[in-house]
Amino acid sequence: MFDIKDLYQEIIVDHNRNPRNFRVIADADKTMEGFNPLCGDRLKLYLKIDGGNISDIAFDGTGCAISVASASLMTDAMKGKSIDEAETLFNNFHCLITTENEIDTDHLGKLAVLAGVKNFPARVKCASLCWHTLHSALIGDKNPVTTE
Amino acid sequence: MNKKSNIVQQKNQPLGFDLKKIRNDFPILHQIINGKPLVYLDNAATSQKPKNVLDAIEKYYREYNSNIHRGVHTLSENATKAYELARLKVKNFINAQSNKEVIFVRGATEAINLVAQSFGRNSLNENDEIIITELEHHANIVPWQLLSEQTGATLKFIPINDNGELIIEEYKKLLSKNTKIVAVGHISNALGTINPIKTIINMAHEYEAKVLIDGAQATSHISVDVQKLDCDFYAFSGHKIFGPTGVGILYGKEVLLEKMPPYQGGGDMIKMVTMMETQYNDLPYKFEAGTPNISGAIGLGAAIDYVNEIGLENISQYENELLNYANQLASEITGLKFIGTAKQKTSILSFTLKGIHPHDIGTILNNEGIAIRTGHHCAMPVMEHFKIPATSRASFAFYNTHEEIDVLIKAIDKCKKVFN
Repeated sequence: MFDIKDLYQEIIVDHNRNPRNFRVIADADKTMEGFNPLCGDRLKLYLKIDGGNISDIAFDGTGCAISVASASLMTDAMKGKSIDEAETLFNNFHCLITTENEIDTDHLGKLAVLAGVKNFPARVKCASLCWHTLHSALIGDKNPVTTE
Repeated sequence: MNKKSNIVQQKNQPLGFDLKKIRNDFPILHQIINGKPLVYLDNAATSQKPKNVLDAIEKYYREYNSNIHRGVHTLSENATKAYELARLKVKNFINAQSNKEVIFVRGATEAINLVAQSFGRNSLNENDEIIITELEHHANIVPWQLLSEQTGATLKFIPINDNGELIIEEYKKLLSKNTKIVAVGHISNALGTINPIKTIINMAHEYEAKVLIDGAQATSHISVDVQKLDCDFYAFSGHKIFGPTGVGILYGKEVLLEKMPPYQGGGDMIKMVTMMETQYNDLPYKFEAGTPNISGAIGLGAAIDYVNEIGLENISQYENELLNYANQLASEITGLKFIGTAKQKTSILSFTLKGIHPHDIGTILNNEGIAIRTGHHCAMPVMEHFKIPATSRASFAFYNTHEEIDVLIKAIDKCKKVFN
């Protein structure tokens, strides 16, 4: 049994209520849509890439608190990162929300608050939707991302 | 002998309705989920199974598991008898004219696909029209979209109003000589709206269109008489009426079923096969290719026995009381909006909560031991109408209690606390 507050930590509730980077970048270099067909969560990610670095990143769409907070925290964390660094963070975040073992969360910063998701397996897809969308955008996929 | 009735009328229960006994008939209800007693309010997704259903299935596998309509041995004879007895129970339950009109399928979805493909594909062309509604479950949309792609027929939708009721005046405008099929849900799975299907059927018949009723949400709540309704087809699923999954019923008028070609080929649906041709079996076997879900049919028969014993009138009376009680408490929650406020509806409480996404509500409620459904309920056009991505849906069955609704309301309040 898990305390519901482990999942809905203050930072998550705050990022859901006031999502950061929640806007459209009209002249984005890359855009990518993510869709969770099971629950209807939709988001669109906008990226500006400058010299191999993510110079700006934003999102819009609808979703639950976990998916909105995850996208808000992710976009905050990604600003200024190189594409390689972004991919490393993607892999680390994936471990954070799916691995049973304790992992070193120092380099994840605020993202670590999403660790509680792993105790609520039905919600892992909510937290990971924006990350898979970013990953697809960076590797140059053409098709929208779905979590199914 | 004790002449006193051992049935005690409890608060807010119809006479002869013994809630304590009923709850004891459902073993699954008595368990702890996340440290709290289970409160199962996802009955519109699937219902729980009483002991007599579980026993009937186990007895079949333990004592007379065998293939039907084939063997001369005793086990096969017993299995055939039990399977055909289940068909008779279904026939009586929906008041079909004969056993030939009762076809065992996998569920309501397969029943609808069977009609679309076997009836629709062979009789529709590009000048024809199919009418469905904005309220339908995807199972009563997609088969008709497929059929319309295959035949060129046009698909039209009866719109709904903001209470979640079909607008019959609009339906009237859609009907024409070109209308060949009208397919309508008896009760909306997302909102609980009970549609005026008798009116819908009569209006369609004036244009000689055939009518299929998707009864997946109906048979566990209200009684269905296919002859009185005069519907051409009626589909429902076993698992929504306290029976097992993987079994369902297609009712069809004999005169229509006779003319329709088989949906699938295989064993049991034939009289004689040569290398060159096959002579099809009589109804209903023509539509039951292969070894069917024998234990499922027997379980469904047992579920119908159980429902008959409680009585559908008692069930709907009690469920209405539960719904009224839940509505009354829910209406006091600020920020809660009811989705689906039809005058005629079954025990479904579909709602949104301001600023809180349904999935978050679902998770918080689950942590309190409460099972509800959150999402689009496989009825995305309904969500589109209300301009929302999803709702939270609590759906009540006759084994639910007023106390469970108290727990639900308290947990909805907790959702607000988590997010404030």
